Amino acid sequence: MQNLIDNFFAYTITGLTIGAVYALVALGYTLVYGVLRLINFAHSEVFMYGTFAALWVVMLLGGRPGAGVGQVVFWVAMMFVAAMAMSGFIAVLLERVAYRPLRKRNAPPLIALISAIGASFVLAEIMGLRSRITAWVGLDDNLRDYVRNSRNNAGLPTIISPQPIFTIGGYHVTNVDVFVIVGAIAIMVILDQFVKRSRLGRGIRAVAMDPESAALMGVNRDRVIQVTFLVGGVMAGAAAVFYMLKIGITRYDAGFTLGVKAFTAAVLGGIGNLRGALLGGFILGLAENYGSAIVGSQWKDVVAFVLLILILLFRPTGLLGESLGKARA
Amino acid sequence: MSTTTSTPAARKPASPRFRERVNNLPKAVKILLWVLFAIFLFLLPLLNIPFITTEGSDFGGVLFTVATYVLVALGLNIVVGYAGLLDLGYVGFYAIGAYTIGVLTSEHAHMAWVVVVPIAIVIAMISGIILGAPTLRVRGDYLAIVTLGFGEIVRLTLVNSEWLGGAQGISDIPKPPSFELFEVPSIDWSSGAPVVDLDTTSTFLKFGINDFVPYYWLALGVISLVLLFDILVKSSRVGRAWEATREDEDAAELMGVPTFRFKLLAFALGAAIGGLSGALFATKAGFISPDSFQLLLSILFLAAVVVGGAGNRWGVIVGAIVVSYFPERFREFADFRVLVFGLALMLLAIFRPQGLLPPRRTVRAKRADERQAVLEEGDAHV
Repeated sequence: MQNLIDNFFAYTITGLTIGAVYALVALGYTLVYGVLRLINFAHSEVFMYGTFAALWVVMLLGGRPGAGVGQVVFWVAMMFVAAMAMSGFIAVLLERVAYRPLRKRNAPPLIALISAIGASFVLAEIMGLRSRITAWVGLDDNLRDYVRNSRNNAGLPTIISPQPIFTIGGYHVTNVDVFVIVGAIAIMVILDQFVKRSRLGRGIRAVAMDPESAALMGVNRDRVIQVTFLVGGVMAGAAAVFYMLKIGITRYDAGFTLGVKAFTAAVLGGIGNLRGALLGGFILGLAENYGSAIVGSQWKDVVAFVLLILILLFRPTGLLGESLGKARA
Repeated sequence: MSTTTSTPAARKPASPRFRERVNNLPKAVKILLWVLFAIFLFLLPLLNIPFITTEGSDFGGVLFTVATYVLVALGLNIVVGYAGLLDLGYVGFYAIGAYTIGVLTSEHAHMAWVVVVPIAIVIAMISGIILGAPTLRVRGDYLAIVTLGFGEIVRLTLVNSEWLGGAQGISDIPKPPSFELFEVPSIDWSSGAPVVDLDTTSTFLKFGINDFVPYYWLALGVISLVLLFDILVKSSRVGRAWEATREDEDAAELMGVPTFRFKLLAFALGAAIGGLSGALFATKAGFISPDSFQLLLSILFLAAVVVGGAGNRWGVIVGAIVVSYFPERFREFADFRVLVFGLALMLLAIFRPQGLLPPRRTVRAKRADERQAVLEEGDAHV
């Protein structure tokens, strides 16, 4: 307990940064759940591909520590472009290959989960075997740096060196922390407005509220679902960039634990609810960091899951508990 | 079906399907077939049938693994298939069963194996009730994530708790008592034709460390008991209550089915069988660590049930065999087996969404449908 009081702000800031990543990934779960009533189990892999895209683009552009501001801004911008494009593409591909054929056949919901689990394995393994795959196509000479040690951690060069910007309660808040938290909130505000105000956003809400009526009103359901996956994927891409800037290491199976946590965050806030995902992400990030300060960092994940079970017991629909469809325009 | 000739309303399909042809066999033939099948299963690890037998790893051990998966699938089928509760943390009960054995026979006490196994079952069952009592009121989708969290909590507790051996786990788990009754010879195919090989034998129920075949026999015996239990429960009032709850919870509640209590019962029975399989696993392995109880295992268990056809006990057995046997058989593609497994799951979901052997609707429901059809269409089909 003393540890928590002494380092309260350190735990708070760490919790908020990781919470921001959870929240962005949770949006993907929440959006898809809201529209399809389906746990997109493979969303964690969408995130993982984003981290690799962010990493590779920095490697491609020759990212290194200690470059000028303009250079760094360019690299980070390219990370966003690459990660969002990659994650968005993977998410849409996932929908086409793993979910749409099932929807056409009116498969029971449980089977969609199985398909998602299969897709998740396939995506993670392709990344984990990328050196073998490039060797097959004969590209391993050209791509050696990108596929090397494909089962091990891959690290991003520290292109933004963490500089303390201001000090709060004895903890130096760095530029990376501020960038991650502010950036994530900004992106979530944009998404919230997109869903609230744009035509496509209205389509998403309509399908979430009542798929059949929406179809009768001329909403193209397949298109809406595709857009939903795309938006969720792009959010996961943004999360991947923040994750890489803050943590800096990824691996072919990096998505799994983070995906489970993000899904927990989505449920915590009330699945299907965009603001709930935001709230759930931050609460989960904070709670697991405070909890680990009290009972020891090895219990971090236990704290997260116990919190989830408690919340569901006392508030079974999550904290905000509102569905995507009911969000007011 | 012996009623085919006696009831005029029953319709005769143009070409009797395999299932009906089997059902039409005289009872004595059926019993004989079952006995032959049982003997075949009993001898399977020693027949060394080419192609089926795994080359890289000991076939007895592989068959034992398959058998534990079958057991787990039968347990999870009660939860997922019969009661319709999505459980993603089943590995938690499996771990609890295994660790009960580990703690009580090696780490903190040295109790006899026969005593500990029932304790493991009871503890797993109690943990199922403790988890189920608060969470089964939660909506179905959330149950998945709550149980997933439970599985992780169990694993992380094992990793972090020194009392339970921490990350190193528990070793030196003793073997069950042996009864060396008789030796069973194996078959040698090296000359191209089967030859009985009297030198390589397995002793019936001698639980050693080199020969895993007796463990397979033990597991086979346990599976038969669980299967019998499963058949009895499914066809009892409890089984019907599960079915009603799964199909329409509100309607079942209105008809006077205490749905919550039956869901809890399904959860507890499933947990007990999970604990039993964990106990068997620990017995055979002799060593357990938290690594043996990854979340991935829960997912594989669920995949076994869904691949086979949730709700059909023979289906989930097939599913368990598919999920556990093929990765072992094709070990030469070890690096790619998860990839292939994932692809297989996706293809299966698209082409056999009800599972390999979908559950047959119960006889009563079918009869009701037939009566309905007769009422609506007259005896047009007769």
